[in-house]
Amino acid sequence: MRAGENGGTPLLEVRGLVVHHGQLRALDAISLRVLPGEVYAIIGANGAGKSTLLRTIAGLHRPTAGSVLFDGKDVTALRPEHRARRGIVMVPEGRRLFESLSLEENLRVGAAYGRAGPWTIEQVYQMFGWMRERRDQRTAQLSGGEQQTVAIGRALVANPRVLLLDELSLGLAPVVVQRVYGMLPDILATGLTVLLVEQDVSQALRVASHIHCLLEGQTTLEGKPADVTAERVEAAYFGLSGTASGHAAAEEGSEL
Amino acid sequence: MAWVNAVIQGVLTGGLYALFACGLSLMFGVMKVVNLAHGDLAVVAGYVAIGIITVTHIPVLWSFLIVVPVMAVLGYVLQRTFIQGALDRSVLTTLMVTFGLSVVIENGLLQFFTANSRAIGTNLALVSGSFNLGSQIQIAYLLVVIFAVAVVVLLGLQYYLSASKYGRLIRASADDREAAQLAGADYRHVFGIAAAIAFGTVALAGVAYGMYSQLAPTTGTDTILLFAFAAVVIGGLGSLWGTLVGGVVLGVAQQIGAQINISDEVLAGYLVFLAVLVLRPQGLTTRRTHS
Repeated sequence: MRAGENGGTPLLEVRGLVVHHGQLRALDAISLRVLPGEVYAIIGANGAGKSTLLRTIAGLHRPTAGSVLFDGKDVTALRPEHRARRGIVMVPEGRRLFESLSLEENLRVGAAYGRAGPWTIEQVYQMFGWMRERRDQRTAQLSGGEQQTVAIGRALVANPRVLLLDELSLGLAPVVVQRVYGMLPDILATGLTVLLVEQDVSQALRVASHIHCLLEGQTTLEGKPADVTAERVEAAYFGLSGTASGHAAAEEGSEL
Repeated sequence: MAWVNAVIQGVLTGGLYALFACGLSLMFGVMKVVNLAHGDLAVVAGYVAIGIITVTHIPVLWSFLIVVPVMAVLGYVLQRTFIQGALDRSVLTTLMVTFGLSVVIENGLLQFFTANSRAIGTNLALVSGSFNLGSQIQIAYLLVVIFAVAVVVLLGLQYYLSASKYGRLIRASADDREAAQLAGADYRHVFGIAAAIAFGTVALAGVAYGMYSQLAPTTGTDTILLFAFAAVVIGGLGSLWGTLVGGVVLGVAQQIGAQINISDEVLAGYLVFLAVLVLRPQGLTTRRTHS
């Protein structure tokens, strides 16, 4: 019944990924396939392992087992900077702008090792007009939403093939979150693929073409937003016990 | 007049101290590495220069062209191996590793070159000559040149850090190395470049010191490292121009101390150093909020 749903050649594939933080098994045999042009959302509660998964795909954590494949090639052994140069670029949680650099310098660092492509600093300025006037400001002087936008711009100018977005909504007012997510269609229009992590489930369901729910490092649900009911998502998210159905879905999901 | 002379001599000596301090400051500012071998590396540079001049008989000033690049390469290699290895464990480990390096260098120099002090001798007017201001003030050309070199080095460093691609990457990696990696930058390579620059400046300083005064295997730790530290702390940790301010303040304090009593020269410098630590621990040129 799910055959074909996630068929085709994936741009990014994760196979049986196991990651430990010390003794803690943060991720337990996670597999996923992200097709070109998709918005693939990983959802889950705090501590479910979402960020760990994204950071492992970016190369910031070493997996204990499993592999990460990008465009058919195994990149598990590559360092984060080499993955970035190949087109796996992450917007880290908490934005992580270079605080002693100006807005424009942040973008220039982002572009320093980037691939050639449609995104240039000029292109970013055209999309976000306010940046041009404030290009020489330190990023600490910007609001949270503006900083998040700069962080996205810094990733875009590297011309990623797959953009990893880690908790874009964290610490932002709902209205700002709406605005930040409102940019996604324009970004996708340039041919990008997006893999995002989001704690805010309704936000994720709104933008995603595929969702993947984690609970304590394990897959509990996977599918298209249209195919999953709110009850199943809730069950998978919280791991509620009345969830025989949720767990059944989980097992189906992880077999994919 | 004697006091004016003391201030002038102090300011000029400050240029030399700034030259020593800027590499130390750069490595701390970028990698958070306190390089305890910094002074010994200056002495090594001086000895290398003496060796090259003795063997090849090239003019003294030409030795810079060899010594500075050699030390820069050494800086890159040491950073990529020992120092980065220590940094991967903890910042504290870098203290032990650079301290170890300092001991090894000092004893190596003692072993091969004896404890005798040496100077980089030359009959160049630039090095040995001086000019008079009035009847009581005599200024050595060498000190003026060293001061000018220090200013040029600091200007160059500032320009490099603010306007070049690698300068930007150095600052970015200093801020957040993980975020730099996510932008495709190999921070280890970037740190290597910062270390190469730091070692290049210390080489310059070491050879200059060899011309200005004398070098012995222990000069690195008992004089150069301490003065460099004092200049960095007085000026403000991690601040580039702060090293010049700190160097000048230290130099002036020493010369005024010497004017009061010749044996108080070094003590006066350290008293100012102590006063800054107590009254303005963030240094003269940095704001307190920034850290």
